[in-house]
Amino acid sequence: MATGFLEPLIAEGATLAGGQAGWLGRVRANALAQLARDGMPAARSEAWKYTSLRALAQRAYQRGDSDAAGRSIDAGLLALPGVDGPRLVFVNGAFRADLSRIEPIDGLQLHTLSQVLESDADSLQGPLSRSFDDAADVFARLNTALAGDGPVIRVAAGRRDLPLVHLVLIGAAASTELAWHLRGIIEVGEGAALRVVEHHVGESGQAHFGNLLTQIAVAAGGRLDLLQVQNSSESASLFRRSEARLAADAQLEMRSIEAGTAWLRHDLAVTLAGDRSRFVSRGVFALRGRQHADTRLDVRHAARDTACDIVWRGVADQRSRGVFHGAITVNPGADGSDAQLSNKNLLLSAQAEIDSQPVLEIYADEVKAAHGATVGQLDEQALFYLRSRGLSAQQARSLLTLAFCRIAFDSIENTALREHVDALLLERLPEEVEEFASEGAPA
Amino acid sequence: MLKIENLHVRVAGKDILKGLDLQVKAGEVHAIMGPNGAGKSTLGNVLAGRAGYEVSAGSIHFEGGNLLELEPEERAAAGVFLAFQYPVEIPGVNNTYFLRAALNAQRKRRGEAELDSMQFLKRVREKLAVLHLKDELLHRAVNEGFSGGEKKRNEIFQMALLEPKLAILDETDSGLDIDALKMVADGVNAMRDPARAFVVITHYQRLLDYIVPDFVHVLADGRIVESGDKSLALKLEEHGYSWIAERKLAGAA
Repeated sequence: MATGFLEPLIAEGATLAGGQAGWLGRVRANALAQLARDGMPAARSEAWKYTSLRALAQRAYQRGDSDAAGRSIDAGLLALPGVDGPRLVFVNGAFRADLSRIEPIDGLQLHTLSQVLESDADSLQGPLSRSFDDAADVFARLNTALAGDGPVIRVAAGRRDLPLVHLVLIGAAASTELAWHLRGIIEVGEGAALRVVEHHVGESGQAHFGNLLTQIAVAAGGRLDLLQVQNSSESASLFRRSEARLAADAQLEMRSIEAGTAWLRHDLAVTLAGDRSRFVSRGVFALRGRQHADTRLDVRHAARDTACDIVWRGVADQRSRGVFHGAITVNPGADGSDAQLSNKNLLLSAQAEIDSQPVLEIYADEVKAAHGATVGQLDEQALFYLRSRGLSAQQARSLLTLAFCRIAFDSIENTALREHVDALLLERLPEEVEEFASEGAPA
Repeated sequence: MLKIENLHVRVAGKDILKGLDLQVKAGEVHAIMGPNGAGKSTLGNVLAGRAGYEVSAGSIHFEGGNLLELEPEERAAAGVFLAFQYPVEIPGVNNTYFLRAALNAQRKRRGEAELDSMQFLKRVREKLAVLHLKDELLHRAVNEGFSGGEKKRNEIFQMALLEPKLAILDETDSGLDIDALKMVADGVNAMRDPARAFVVITHYQRLLDYIVPDFVHVLADGRIVESGDKSLALKLEEHGYSWIAERKLAGAA
């Protein structure tokens, strides 16, 4: 049964898929058929237990922005301190070559999905053929059916010491509310290393729905460092799914800073497919007003001696609501796995709510696993200590809250970038204390 | 400077201070000694304004104003400093950055100009030298991973930097070896000034060999039961706190 949200998008998708032949046409048609058959997930769906889709299901968005190419974008919006290398920019879901910066770099391919679909579509058949058979994956299905563009980043085997790649996703003001769908592909070759910043920003007040599905593959011995700085407009809605598959000895380090959007769902699904592969995740959401953020990690140990190390922090003020679901599964035979998950949360108001759900499922022997989750308030002892030295109650609260969040990003080596994140979070705390921001994080 | 009269304090429904009187003038060093549970730390906490300490009777005046009406940060700006018995670890907050924020918050409240980072660092260097503290402590998070001695020295360093009018040292000597004890004492002695007063709370006489007090008071069962000069501390060391109780009994008889 179609709904107010899905109906127009499915209709537009059908028009789009009409002319498509070959494997891609079949993949998209299949996703549309699934959407038409299943509609939105039921209210009792486990995956959507803490995030209601009712309000979203009743909103109608226009698919894509026909004026995206001409929208003027303030240069300050897409700038990130400490980041001045290659850049791929998308505005309301459309690629903007004029704002991007793509210089030829040996061993680094920066393209858009539409370019690769024209020149070398078959190289994308693997990732794009991924189908989502669970009705809960409604947005991933939509992405499969509708995403015609997105960043494609590929690193050749053995290439290291590449410049930091800046990926910018901008929500620009428009006369109607838009829904955009982008598909990202990141492939790191054998023994190669890459650093990427996925940066979401938005002009204030724009209330678009964004949908970014990124598929990551790191080949044997490769390494990817992915920093996600999500500072979209506080009226926007965003669905993000980041999927990664790591081969033997591969490593993925992700840092996720969630500050913006009115409604956010971030699915993070990682498969440790090769022996000794390792996944590190640091993240924080800092919410206020009526913001809602739902982070859902799903890590699967599918090979021997694999490791995951997950540390997330959540802060909720006013009437906001945060959700953290951290699931780790250790497959039969994935002996020697090491799984560590810590999730601590801070409530700054009596009306705020945070739900934390760590889930460990272990089917192998000789596994080292630990998980912990807490929801609490600021430490009164520490507050008094700071106040006894002269800080106001509000300053003390802000400082302690920021300190609580810092574990998510204090290992960012790029100082300017780390300080930017610091300032970004500080801005959202009860009272801005400018002198704190100027000195940055601990050395 | 400080005038405490008939102070009664309840903590969690229990009477801890039961009519304490104390007067401290500028330039003086007062030692408060007493057995465990006498209410020594309660006195320090009440002066600094910690929540959970209910003043049921009596008054505290600081420089003529009612101290009990002030928030902890207002007391700090007015010049009251408590060196904590158990300094709090604050991961994620850089020591330097915290101190500058604290100093500038106090200065702002007093209507003084805030210090920029150059002025602040100059002041920091001067104070570090006096306390034999390593620069490295400044770059770490507040008290995080500090040894017991480093935490106590950091308290004294904060005191040196903030330059309070009245410093209360709550068992700053506990857990210190003799070298650390001397460094803490040096730091305090360097700050002795006709305009500044100290209240040194301690269980042992040892600290008072290095910080020589003008007055020694014995706090027992929530009141000051004996006051004298530094020789009182030596007598206590020799005879123990039971000596006071016995003397009181004798006096009553």
